[in-house]
Amino acid sequence: MRPVTRIHSRTAVLTDENIDTDRIIPARFLTTTERAGLGKLCFNDWRYQADGSDNPAFPLNQPPARGCAILVAGRNFGCGSSREHAPWALLDYGIQAVLCSEIADIFRNNALKNGLLALVLDEAEHRWLLEHPGIELSIDVREQYVALPDGGRIGFQLEPFARHCLLNGVDQLGYLQHHGDAITAYEQRVEKAA
Amino acid sequence: MTAKTLFEKVWNAHVVAPETTDTPAILYIDLHLVHEVTSPQAFSELRERGLQLRRPDRTLATLDHSTPTLPADANGERPYATAEAKAQVAQLETNCREFGVELHGWDSSDRGIVHVIGPELGATQPGMTIVCGDSHTSTHGAFGALAFGIGTTEVGHVMATQCLLQRKPRTLAIHVDGQLPAGVGAKDLILHIIGEIGVDGGTGHVIEYRGDVIEAMSMDERMTVCNMSIEAGARAGLIAPDDTTFAWLKGRPRAPQGAAWETAVQHWRALRSDAGAQYDREVRIDASKVRPTVTYGTHPGMAIAMDKPVPAARNAMEKRALDYMKAEAGKPMQGTAVDVVFVGSCTNSRLSDLREAAHVLRGRRVAEGVRMLVVPGSEAVRRDAESEGLHHVFTAAGAEWRVPGCSMCIAMNGDLAQPGQLVVSTSNRNFEGRQGKGARTVLASPATAAASAVAGRIADPREYMTEVAA
Repeated sequence: MRPVTRIHSRTAVLTDENIDTDRIIPARFLTTTERAGLGKLCFNDWRYQADGSDNPAFPLNQPPARGCAILVAGRNFGCGSSREHAPWALLDYGIQAVLCSEIADIFRNNALKNGLLALVLDEAEHRWLLEHPGIELSIDVREQYVALPDGGRIGFQLEPFARHCLLNGVDQLGYLQHHGDAITAYEQRVEKAA
Repeated sequence: MTAKTLFEKVWNAHVVAPETTDTPAILYIDLHLVHEVTSPQAFSELRERGLQLRRPDRTLATLDHSTPTLPADANGERPYATAEAKAQVAQLETNCREFGVELHGWDSSDRGIVHVIGPELGATQPGMTIVCGDSHTSTHGAFGALAFGIGTTEVGHVMATQCLLQRKPRTLAIHVDGQLPAGVGAKDLILHIIGEIGVDGGTGHVIEYRGDVIEAMSMDERMTVCNMSIEAGARAGLIAPDDTTFAWLKGRPRAPQGAAWETAVQHWRALRSDAGAQYDREVRIDASKVRPTVTYGTHPGMAIAMDKPVPAARNAMEKRALDYMKAEAGKPMQGTAVDVVFVGSCTNSRLSDLREAAHVLRGRRVAEGVRMLVVPGSEAVRRDAESEGLHHVFTAAGAEWRVPGCSMCIAMNGDLAQPGQLVVSTSNRNFEGRQGKGARTVLASPATAAASAVAGRIADPREYMTEVAA
């Protein structure tokens, strides 16, 4: 994973709560055996009209939201399935951070492992961001704050290990493999007890 | 010694390295279940890094999500929805051969939905940690296992190291007291619970279901309850193992045999929360208040007794959900016209679910214009159902009797509803487009699904159940 330290972008807003992984990427596209190229399918059934053209009612299709890398979404974003295709699709679509007052566990876990900043904010600040689409934000992973255009700062929670991995581009599988001896010792202990 | 919850006991027994402020725990995984959809990129990762599976003997694979539920033709060709689906299945076959994983594929008499066959094979056992790249892995918690869904990156972690990096989740006890009324079952209960605590009511938590009602349940019913824990946002759902659990597991192919069985049961009996164990949260549910329950919106938390009026939308999202469902505030869901009925999925495709649906359908017909699919959860369920003649009940009623798989629950194998169609479904998710673009899903029990198929509208199954009417 490449290090992620700072993201600067205008915000795009999806006010809906409970945006589930089927809305992020419908299940019929999960027959792929690749990670790449899922951006064109992101929010597929919301984003396109029946003839394949862009749905003008989809907020991210509207000009100010186009090209934004920071998504502010309604509470409980990413609920539903464990499909990692959801963060893969968002990243490939150009979203690098999702700001929310609550994010579904598996989605958040998957997102952070791919360098997609899935960040939980306090409700009041989240509400304010939902109500102010299109503002310029700067996310500082090291210092754990979101800088507002007026110089104000919003803090966010981030699990320390996830933060460390983001900042340093740590390969978590490599980290686990580094504990190979402890894993072997555990297996021997359990098998002896059985 | 401080009193511990069931969750803490299972968690503590699997800690390879404890968590610190800076680092999560390294948690050992006893059983890794694999299917074709969420594994290919993980196998590719292993290949790129030149790694092997650490414990193929703790890994079990099946084909279920992308697989057609119509049988192969005379030439053995299966009617895959797309060439990509066929390639995905072939990829898992190749991967399992190359990495030495036991695959219950097309030629296996045990193939089926991953969360149905794990328990059937006795691979799922009390006290285990079980993961799968599938959120409904929570199903296995019915056996007192800590079982949860993971993403594909973590699938790779488990393949390579048999471990995961995990922060300890919080605990939520749901006490179910009283007694479920006649004709009201496990599915009604879990929909009711999610309606009470909300679609995110369990986020960050592992749920332990407790109380007389849970203890009186069969394993099939417990699996239905634990299966939908994720629909309340919970990482996992657990039920303490007891004699019901042990009797169900005994003699299954992967269960301990002989003296090892006795030792295992002795150990498993300790897997219950100690008196006075503290949970982070507790919720009480009065089972006697549960009625046949269905969903009316576009997430499983929008659930209500079918005879109660649909609540008015409190915000734009709820209005959008009601509009999508064409549900009318103030009117009950009961009586709504039905286009398709689906009985199946890891929530409700076991033998008892099929018996429940067949009980309602016996001697009756699916209403004119309604399409009904019955998809058994596994080859074993199919065999058992056919030996009881249940398939004849379904086909005589006009329903389609299919080959095991996930089918219309996730609708990625070609089994799907058309835009605007209303589906009464025994599955677990009623998200927009889940069962086909524009399809409207109403989650329900197998009995409600069957009664609705007969009536052609959402119907109270108690009107069709002899033992309830008597």
